[in-house]
Amino acid sequence: MVAQEAHGHGAPQGFIRKYVFSLDHKVIGIQYYFLALAAVFVGMFLSLLMRIHMIWPTAVLPLVGEIKPETYLSLLTMHGTIMVFFVLTTAPQSGFGNYFLPIQIGAPDMAFPVLNMLSFWTTFVAFIVMLAAFFVTGGAPLHGWTGYAPLSALPSAGPGEQLGADLWITSIAIFCIASLMGALNFITTTLDLRAKGMTLMRMPLTCWAWFITAILGLLAFGVLLSAGILLLLDRNLGTSFYVPLVVVNGQVLGHKGGSPLLWQHLFWFFGHPEVYIAILPGMGVASQLLSTFSRKPIFGYKAMVYAIMAIGILGFVVWGHHMFMSGMSPYSAFAFSIMTMCIGVPSAIKTFNWLGTLLHGRIRLHSPMLFAIGFVSLFVSGGLSGPFLAQPVLDIPLHDTYFVVGHFHLIMGVAAIFGIFAATYYWFPKMFGRMMNETLGKIHFFITLAGTYAIFMPMHYLGMAGQTRRYSQFTEVAYQAKLIPLQTFMTFAAFVTIAAQFIFVINLFWSMKKGPKAPDNPWEATTLEWTTATPPPHDNFGGHTPVVNHGPYEYSVPGATRDFILQTDPLTVHQK
Amino acid sequence: MGFALLAVIWLITLISTYFFIAKTWWLPLGASASAAFIDGQFTLTYVLMAIVFLGAQLALGYLVWKYRDGAAAKPVKYSHGNTTLEILWTALTAVLFIGLNLMGSRVWAHERFEPAASGAVPVEATGMQFAWYFRYPGTDGNYGVTNPTLIDPSAGNEAAIGLDSTDPAAKDDVVTGSMYLPVGRQVDLTLRAVDVIHSFFVPNFRFKQDAVPGLAIHMHFTPTQIGDYEIACAELCGLGHYKMHGMVHVVSQEDFDKWLAQREAEKQ
Repeated sequence: MVAQEAHGHGAPQGFIRKYVFSLDHKVIGIQYYFLALAAVFVGMFLSLLMRIHMIWPTAVLPLVGEIKPETYLSLLTMHGTIMVFFVLTTAPQSGFGNYFLPIQIGAPDMAFPVLNMLSFWTTFVAFIVMLAAFFVTGGAPLHGWTGYAPLSALPSAGPGEQLGADLWITSIAIFCIASLMGALNFITTTLDLRAKGMTLMRMPLTCWAWFITAILGLLAFGVLLSAGILLLLDRNLGTSFYVPLVVVNGQVLGHKGGSPLLWQHLFWFFGHPEVYIAILPGMGVASQLLSTFSRKPIFGYKAMVYAIMAIGILGFVVWGHHMFMSGMSPYSAFAFSIMTMCIGVPSAIKTFNWLGTLLHGRIRLHSPMLFAIGFVSLFVSGGLSGPFLAQPVLDIPLHDTYFVVGHFHLIMGVAAIFGIFAATYYWFPKMFGRMMNETLGKIHFFITLAGTYAIFMPMHYLGMAGQTRRYSQFTEVAYQAKLIPLQTFMTFAAFVTIAAQFIFVINLFWSMKKGPKAPDNPWEATTLEWTTATPPPHDNFGGHTPVVNHGPYEYSVPGATRDFILQTDPLTVHQK
Repeated sequence: MGFALLAVIWLITLISTYFFIAKTWWLPLGASASAAFIDGQFTLTYVLMAIVFLGAQLALGYLVWKYRDGAAAKPVKYSHGNTTLEILWTALTAVLFIGLNLMGSRVWAHERFEPAASGAVPVEATGMQFAWYFRYPGTDGNYGVTNPTLIDPSAGNEAAIGLDSTDPAAKDDVVTGSMYLPVGRQVDLTLRAVDVIHSFFVPNFRFKQDAVPGLAIHMHFTPTQIGDYEIACAELCGLGHYKMHGMVHVVSQEDFDKWLAQREAEKQ
């Protein structure tokens, strides 16, 4: 295709153009990655404070002071928002996608390098605006990451709902703009910049996942952006999109006729596809790694591609399953429920295919593979609580309890994070030219796997027992107070798991400087990023455009001279 | 490494499953007419999902151990998959998930598609930061008019929901901070909220419904056992969300009538 012409910009000169306002998709990918790394530590620190407060509500912490109920809700809001937007959306898609999508399809860069740079720096501004909410009068908002109106629309509804809430929604709006720019770039790049021979059905599953995720982002973030602007208008200009006549603390406010459910529809029209925006790249990475480290082609490549598409399409018609208890029509709940159950089918197909890939393989258990296997385990565990919540009648006891918190943390939180870890251990050698430490990687894996299960599996038990979410303490409701010992166990599990993440960070930064030099293809993998130098040159392939002759996962082909065939190998390579 | 991974995955799976089977933590005692249906559907879903959970996780642990690389490893079986298998497991999961859904939908239709039966006990629940108020329409069977400008949360009861005492239908309305219900009779519940969204959740009744400002949401349920049950707010409503707690007292019909008459008398 026209890959070469698209690469209009030459190699940059000077520190600023090279590392700060870079047009190189690889640098931008790394910038996104480190932004997400900073964000995940902020988000994790907030969750640590929350877990401490739930168990010791009156504790006075060094530096932080006493956590009041409203502080707890601010922590909860910011934890959710930062994790969903600046970690789960940013690292797998914008970070790794930016770095590896162009290389894996044989392009010298993204289709629109300037737009790419703009989208990163816009995301960066969004993050700064979000953090600023902590430092304004009243603090960060307390309305939760879902920001249900009227709570989120009324400055008088609680502390944090003044300037903090305005900054929160402004940050999200800026983030939406950045994501729209990124999505356009990903879609155009995938469609237009594939190398000769890289047909759509020869793309690695990671590329399929990034491509479909970009389409979801394009359709979903536009809606959230509009919804956010309407919320800002309700808050500051006295409109009534989301607020009917309400009386707060005996004061009749000036709104009338708005619909609180409108916000929920708009928010979840974005919010459900967002779940797949977070998890699809992880699915792509898991598929890529399971095949590579099992030394076996992925089981059912076509079925995997169709499953990603099916998940993408169905992901847009299930948003109402978040609203079974909202006062929405019970008939539409019935329809949303059926569609939600249908989305379980492609998810199950993917799981079966992952297991099928392992079967009769020769599995090399390096750190990236461990995290990919952990991803599958967590995806199954988190996925299987879905059919409970998808049935409106079971959602009656379970909605807004810890059962839901356990469900989405396992699948969209921890499984997606395992995808990020797997990708990090897998691609680190290509990105930084050095290997990560295997022993530290394995210790990190086992503690994190056992630790996250210890934190999030008990949430299902709590939810069944009726423990409601977003309670800053459990002492006020007698049946909930009985569940505190289990919460205490989870807090201690969180201490251990959080501590283990420092092993990862140490390994990451230490290996960047001191790790052993990485060969060009340390995992003996097949896709295009492993055919070029480590780290790749500015135009990715050093002046030539690769020609693709093979599918992405040709491992252990009978008769071949070695157990992997690069996508660029000549067609005759498998004949001795 | 292969064995360590198998051991960890299996242990996590079996320990998790043990606590589900032992019911160490479980749904609280069901005290409404629909609890048995809902619990039945829950158990059915739970058994099916447990089978899939155990099958998938144990298989995952087994496969990574069995096919680990090493001197004794067998050669890889080169294969791109199996279309028959793909069709088979697609069809099976579709039947399982959609079938499960249709079974649950019967109960959902019974709970939410049909209005309350005539003769049900009318009660209105109003949520506000951070309390519930319950209104009974009195002998005339009609709720009196409420006026937002009359709402005074600090005064409690009738004044808290802004009941307009000049309306004749409001004269016999009773508003309380705790809910009283006669056992074995269907409750015709109207849910309202004055400020932000709240959610009326009684775990023992397997009942939950958001109360939304600007909407009057009609629901019904039937308490079946005398006793005291806790109401927990289930929708984040502000800094006092965690203490927006209430009680439902399910009593005999005589006790209910006596209580209501007493409250009417206190009001006059």
